[in-house]
Amino acid sequence: MALTIASREVDGVTILDLNGRITLGEGSVQLRDSVRGLISKGQKGILLNLGDVNYIDSSGLGELVSAFTTAKNQGADVKLLGLTKKVKDVLQLTKLYTVFDIYNDEASAIASFK
Amino acid sequence: MKLPPRFSGRGGATGASHAPEEAVRNAVSGSKAGKLVFSLSSTMESVGEVEAAAEKLAAEAGLDEDACFHVTMAAREAALNAVLHGNEYDPAKQITASFENTGKSLIVTIADQGPGLDPDTLPDPRAPENLLRGTGRGIFLIRSLMDEVHFRQLHPGTELTLIKHLASDHPNP
Repeated sequence: MALTIASREVDGVTILDLNGRITLGEGSVQLRDSVRGLISKGQKGILLNLGDVNYIDSSGLGELVSAFTTAKNQGADVKLLGLTKKVKDVLQLTKLYTVFDIYNDEASAIASFK
Repeated sequence: MKLPPRFSGRGGATGASHAPEEAVRNAVSGSKAGKLVFSLSSTMESVGEVEAAAEKLAAEAGLDEDACFHVTMAAREAALNAVLHGNEYDPAKQITASFENTGKSLIVTIADQGPGLDPDTLPDPRAPENLLRGTGRGIFLIRSLMDEVHFRQLHPGTELTLIKHLASDHPNP
């Protein structure tokens, strides 16, 4: 299933609710465009809700990293919420689990941006 | 499994005497079914087809959900590497994929016709200096997810052989 992205705002933080797969040719470009669009508009807090992302490949991992570094370079933060087991396993294998701020509940994630 | 026209069984126990759909079904089902070899174009659709065939092979071998995911993801990454970095989407080049359940192991091979790959030169994506790179995780993931990974240089191209042991004395990662 291709990636769908819905955007909402809570306490000044933009939450992107991702659903589907983040893979080359399916979700990577959408994710990149969404995050870069927000950063270009001056959004400083972006929370990627991955609770409905059931698959990520090496290209998708690259996009997560790119989102993280692009945000950092612009003084913004990209954080992750609600990893599924498969995504968590892949992030742990690649040690990217240590790079991101990762939260299990939305309220804690939102509070962390303050 | 719906089979695109460019799938063509050649060799192995199932052979070309069966209809393509039957060949795939036979090749990826049962504990000691035959080997299926087929050629695919250098497209993202082919990557999806390799992924689907690997998932079917793993599921029908009775692997648990995690192990199925490992085989499927490794096969996808190998196909992605072949299409993207090996053949570089060149329509004149094909990737060759094979799927086999020997009863002791699942064996998936993916070959491209690209310039070749030296696996010993690939940097560790977990190293601090590489951690924030946007690429370079595919082969690492394949090696992490499978029990054995072998590289063979073709002329031209590279063949990856991915092995997941089914025997209980070879625990899954």
